[in-house]
Amino acid sequence: MKLITAVVKPFKLDDVKDALKEAGITGITVSEVRGFGRQGGHTETYRGAEYKIDFVPKVSIEVVVDDSVVDGAVEAIKSGAATGKIGDGKIWVSDVDRIVRIRTGEEGVDAV
Amino acid sequence: MRKRALRIISGLGGVVAVLAITPSVGFAQEATEVQAILDNIWVFIAGCLVFFMQAGFALVEAGLTRAKNVVNIFAKNMADAIIGILAFFASGYALAFGGGNDFFGDTGFFLQGLGDLNEMGGSGVINLSHGTFFFFQAVFAATAVTICSGAMAERTKFVSYLVFSVFMCAIIYPVVVHFTWGGGLIAQISIGDAVYSDFAGSGVVHMTGGIAAAVGAFLVGARKGKFAADGSARAIPGHSIPFAILGVFILWLGWFGFNPGSELAADNLVTGVALNTMLAAAAGGLATTVVVWLKTGKPDVAFIGNGVLAGLVAITGPCGAVTPVMSLVIGAIGGVIVVFAVAFFDKVKIDDPVGAISVHGVVGAWGVISIGIFAKYDDAFLLREDAGLLYGGGFEQLAVQLIMIGIIAVWVGVMSFIVFGALKATIGLRVSEEEELEGLDVPEHGMAGYSNDPSYA
Repeated sequence: MKLITAVVKPFKLDDVKDALKEAGITGITVSEVRGFGRQGGHTETYRGAEYKIDFVPKVSIEVVVDDSVVDGAVEAIKSGAATGKIGDGKIWVSDVDRIVRIRTGEEGVDAV
Repeated sequence: MRKRALRIISGLGGVVAVLAITPSVGFAQEATEVQAILDNIWVFIAGCLVFFMQAGFALVEAGLTRAKNVVNIFAKNMADAIIGILAFFASGYALAFGGGNDFFGDTGFFLQGLGDLNEMGGSGVINLSHGTFFFFQAVFAATAVTICSGAMAERTKFVSYLVFSVFMCAIIYPVVVHFTWGGGLIAQISIGDAVYSDFAGSGVVHMTGGIAAAVGAFLVGARKGKFAADGSARAIPGHSIPFAILGVFILWLGWFGFNPGSELAADNLVTGVALNTMLAAAAGGLATTVVVWLKTGKPDVAFIGNGVLAGLVAITGPCGAVTPVMSLVIGAIGGVIVVFAVAFFDKVKIDDPVGAISVHGVVGAWGVISIGIFAKYDDAFLLREDAGLLYGGGFEQLAVQLIMIGIIAVWVGVMSFIVFGALKATIGLRVSEEEELEGLDVPEHGMAGYSNDPSYA
């Protein structure tokens, strides 16, 4: 099992969700996060003074999937989140040792 | 205070005509009584609108400051209403209107010794009873003190603010009122035909609040992080633009009580004053929009809110004496001034999170000055037509207005300095550095404005 984490532009969340659903993914966890990558921050003005926003708002998506569907899921996120402009975000995949469904106690692939 | 009697009679024409259809011996008496009731009811309703400005001030201040201080802001505004009313009851009304000498009145403490408080005309101001007049003046006092709250936001000790609030509403502001509307020092000044005018209080209320705010903000010092090491001002964005702009709209509405209510009678001039008030606010907002857009490239809505308020503060004094077109000019100049005033106070390192010193202090002074330039009609203070420079009134009116500004600035400046200075030297004016960084809400008030506990989400 793998954990796919993706940090994407907030307004692309719906597209990513739809693409994942289409790829057969049944659940995702979403968090509002802030950060910066190569895009850096941007400046805003407030009452005549400029100030820099270093940490840009993003959405972080977490999906746990069976090894067999990782590539499909990553592709779905990539296609859903892409605008082609700087700041589209990143996707990374990591190993998951154990997973438990709280209600039934099921473990492993059954719990995904 | 205001000598309206002659004008009210013209307002009576309609009522008299209707009553004349059924001739009766007492009809003139009845009409007089109807007029008196209308005067009292209108001033009461106007007072309600002014009272609601407390909500506007609270929202503007809360919106333009950070979420970690929102409880403190609302607590201070709550306190201003409570203290303002009680202090004005205890001593403010007496010092302001209780006869006495040129400096302060001496009768009517706790509203005692004023006879029947409900007797129409009992206050000596047109047809107003003491009850009506006190109600209207008390909500004005609460407005004057609230101005300080915003300028000193996010770093002032709550208890110190409370102490100042008492002094402001019980002594400092009432004496300014006595100097002017109470017939004291400033009201006694005349140069040629020129005597002071300040219809609803650009100077008496707003500049008074603005000067106290400037002294307070100077003595309490800037918020941590407001000024960079090289001395440049940094933006500390407020946490809710919707709060701030809703507050501006509430204040704008409240001003339709503040200025037209200051006619202190239900007559044909009320709506003219309202018209001038409305126009000046719009002109102030537009002028600020243009200046800010050109200056920074974006129409900063928080600043435009300040511009609307600047237009309103500017027209507060001249609203009874100027034409609608000149109201536009006065409001627009106010809207331009406020942008540069905010930049100026950033430059001299006086940290005013909401722009209160600029809006109320600087533009308040402009409102007082504008009477010397634009006054055309007799607003019942000027006692003559064409008093303004623009209408051939000469420089006398302008000179009287400037003297008025000087006297108010000295009295309020010195008194605020003494009170804030004494507080700073004793219990302290400022919270600790840790408290400021954490936000004042939990250390000062024991609660957060917006609960952080996820189980309450």
